[in-house]
Amino acid sequence: MERPLTKHIDLNRPPLNLKEYEQVGGYEAVRKVLKGMTPVEVQKLVQDSNLKGRGGAGFNTGLKWSFVPMGPEALHPKYIIANADEMEPGTFKDRLLLEGNPHQLIEGMILSAYAIQADISYIFLRWAYKKAAILIRKSIAEAYEAGYLGQNILGSKWGLEMHLHTGVGRYMCGEETALLNALEGKRATPRAKPPFPQVSGLFGKPTIVNNVETFCCVPHIINNGADWFKGLSKSEDGGTKLYGVSGRVKKPGCWELPMGVTMRELIEVHAGGMQDGYEFKGALPGGASTDFLTTEHWDVKMDFKSVAAAGSRLGTGTMVVLDDATCPVGFVHNLQHFFAQESCGWCTPCREGLPWVEKILLNMEKGHGRMEDLELLDMHTKMLGPGNTFCALAPGAMEPLQSALKYFRDDFVRHIVEGKCPWHTATETPKRFAESLMV
Amino acid sequence: MLTETEIQAIDHEVKLVPYKKAAVIEALKIVQKERGWISDESVEVIAAYLEMSPAEVDSVATFYNLIFRKPVGRHVILLCDSISCYVMGYQKLYEGIQQHLNIKFGQTTPDKLFTLLPNPCLGCCDHAPALMIDEDLYRDVKEEELEEILKKYRTKI
Repeated sequence: MERPLTKHIDLNRPPLNLKEYEQVGGYEAVRKVLKGMTPVEVQKLVQDSNLKGRGGAGFNTGLKWSFVPMGPEALHPKYIIANADEMEPGTFKDRLLLEGNPHQLIEGMILSAYAIQADISYIFLRWAYKKAAILIRKSIAEAYEAGYLGQNILGSKWGLEMHLHTGVGRYMCGEETALLNALEGKRATPRAKPPFPQVSGLFGKPTIVNNVETFCCVPHIINNGADWFKGLSKSEDGGTKLYGVSGRVKKPGCWELPMGVTMRELIEVHAGGMQDGYEFKGALPGGASTDFLTTEHWDVKMDFKSVAAAGSRLGTGTMVVLDDATCPVGFVHNLQHFFAQESCGWCTPCREGLPWVEKILLNMEKGHGRMEDLELLDMHTKMLGPGNTFCALAPGAMEPLQSALKYFRDDFVRHIVEGKCPWHTATETPKRFAESLMV
Repeated sequence: MLTETEIQAIDHEVKLVPYKKAAVIEALKIVQKERGWISDESVEVIAAYLEMSPAEVDSVATFYNLIFRKPVGRHVILLCDSISCYVMGYQKLYEGIQQHLNIKFGQTTPDKLFTLLPNPCLGCCDHAPALMIDEDLYRDVKEEELEEILKKYRTKI
């Protein structure tokens, strides 16, 4: 089984430096493209490979690039940005690529920048990835030194600058347009679309924002072709995917696998099954803002289309497992606490609705829930759903809630009827903890 | 007043952007690195230097959770309270830290050595529960390891 993205990653040693990276074929794709491919040919090749955005939206990457104005009339400088603000709770896949092989990301960004004829690039890195920041700075310097960055790259007429920007927190920065505001030194609130960033993005100029994993696929597509990339996958969506599993499994971790492995294979084989004494109850397949899947979805293929057909989203492909010893209401409360806290406050439904949802759930955990609360929660899943808010934060927050209300409704009812959290009688810690959050 | 070091670092960032105020987040990071936190006075001097109003600078400073608008202790403990750490029992670590340091989320020890803050996801969910102290990441943390971990920072300047 081919693992192009992680083949040269070994966390037990430092990542490949420029020379070592070149020895295993690194920057060959940049040479190939600059020697004999037009920008539009690169766009077309990536579009044909059916590479879909790995940040969670799953949009065809080459198609996204094709919306950027090209030719002499286009505004410059154009920008290309790597979204390395990995902050979706439960997600830890880009860290592996950033710490494991930074030159692969840089090469992917150079190729993508060439495809849209960008002039300036940024890596927007989350603050917590201290080790990655050091490694990326060093790798960018090496790439400049070798002439892969800067003016007249490899003797061509085209040049690209690259900067590392480290953030100062806030989940909102991962939203494409909010990220642009953060890079412009503003509050990270989302922007209205249209205009889309491809036309008017950073500082009002044409801009492409892609996820780290998406960029890392590009050199391999250029080197091996669209059909090869499609052939790596077990489904319609091209390529391999970095999958992760966390929670009470025997071997939590992150693995590069063919796109479209089943949830069963991920949990039973790669994650080693559930820890002894714990039963699988459900899982968020792709981070905090995705709908629960349960045992009935055990054989669903983990690709964008199949997971959507099962009523959820592939999201980031990193799964959080809910076990039978963890209270589903407490689990969802934790998620809603996060989303309420991270709401940027820009639009009313999100700013006001999420704290209300959080308080209802906390009350339920403390044994003060009422049956009407279930209707209130149901109502919020509609009113904070798609189309009613400025960006996808609140609709994303409603995904685990609406599916928990569907699959684990009996557990919500038990909280109300018994006037306590049934999971917290065994240990007093969570109850006291819930109370401490009320101060 | 901004120091020479701060001005130099801010000027470097200003050169990379089309207009001055686009460098405000970098300026806040630079000043916080030097002074530990962002006081009202810092907001005002940054505003004057970047030709912005203090309110505009403050609107940005208060948005980002890692820009500190209140003094913090010498070491900042960021305890992940997100979903994978919830499942794996970060609550026990929170209780443990409260016992060792007698501070809750948002509080600083009287000797100004530690500030404890909740933090949404440190991006190492396969090694939950996790916490960060200053720039050091601790993964798969057990309650009984807390004392040893904290001890390192009691003597560290």
